[in-house]
Amino acid sequence: MQRYTKPAMLLHWLTAVLIIAAFFLGLTMVDIHGITPTKLKYYSWHKWMGVTVLLLAAIRVLWRRANRPPPPLPGPAWQHLAADAVHYALYFLIFAVPVSGYFYTYAAGVPVVYLGLWQMPAVIEPNPELKPLLKEVHYWLTMGMAAIVSAHILAALKHHFIDRDDVLKRMLPKF
Amino acid sequence: MKKLVLISLLGVTLAAGAAALKTDPAKSTVSAVFKQMNVPVEAKFKKFTAAIDYDAAKPDTSKATVEVETASLDVGEPDMNKEVAKKEWFNAAQFPKATFVSTAIKSAGAGKLTVTGKLTIKGKASDITFPLTVKTDGGKQVFEGALPIKRLAYNIGEGEWKDTSMVADDVTIKFHVVSQ
Repeated sequence: MQRYTKPAMLLHWLTAVLIIAAFFLGLTMVDIHGITPTKLKYYSWHKWMGVTVLLLAAIRVLWRRANRPPPPLPGPAWQHLAADAVHYALYFLIFAVPVSGYFYTYAAGVPVVYLGLWQMPAVIEPNPELKPLLKEVHYWLTMGMAAIVSAHILAALKHHFIDRDDVLKRMLPKF
Repeated sequence: MKKLVLISLLGVTLAAGAAALKTDPAKSTVSAVFKQMNVPVEAKFKKFTAAIDYDAAKPDTSKATVEVETASLDVGEPDMNKEVAKKEWFNAAQFPKATFVSTAIKSAGAGKLTVTGKLTIKGKASDITFPLTVKTDGGKQVFEGALPIKRLAYNIGEGEWKDTSMVADDVTIKFHVVSQ
């Protein structure tokens, strides 16, 4: 069995942990009423996670270009097609979701200070008209991502536990 | 408070022998700049009045009074704006206004003034001095200045908000006042 490269695995699982954590943190933080120090902390952490996902996504694309993933395992054509579609959607979303959040926070006039240390460049001026629109875009891209990620996870589990093939194992280090 | 300001303004007007400048609320801004977990935030006060009595020929006779409605601070979200008026922050129910009343204005070179006066926020008054610039733009007089304050000296942010790693103690009040 040909596995993914170690850096590809690391990038995959780091991204997985971060987007799932950022997703639930996002749902939690918007539900906190008023302002509390906890809420402000959650917002900052959520943004730091988003920036990290974006950085990892960029590294990942570069790594993938230089280190092609293992060829698809044998299976029905529709499954290859579906897997390709889901993978393209995921690659699009690991950029689009953080980027939409980034534009949203800058439209709101709140810069991102990564890890509380580095102020990230402004992409747009504060814009009260664009702000609610970007909020919707960020929300719906996120919900789309939740659906696609769920499909991705369910498919991986189905291959592993029902088909008992190597699809998931290729993304796991040899123990 | 209002009466006091009116009386002092009246006194100023008589003393200086010139009417206080009418300020243009649409073009003037008063804002607070602070850092929240190192994130710079600029929030504008939606409601304020600024009365400046300034004679370019006799700058040392100038007077300035600024009154800000503390509950009008716009931090960007209606939900958060409500919090700002609460007891831990401005306690706007008890202290609806923050005021600055000048006691002395001295010329500090061309287009520059040094302003001294009493700043009162949340019932706490202190004497402060800050630089102010004056310029003429399209026939209007434009006054610009920034005064750094420590929010905790005025009890702004009580209880858990005393934590300066969340909201820094240093706050800069920026203003840009344009005459009509």
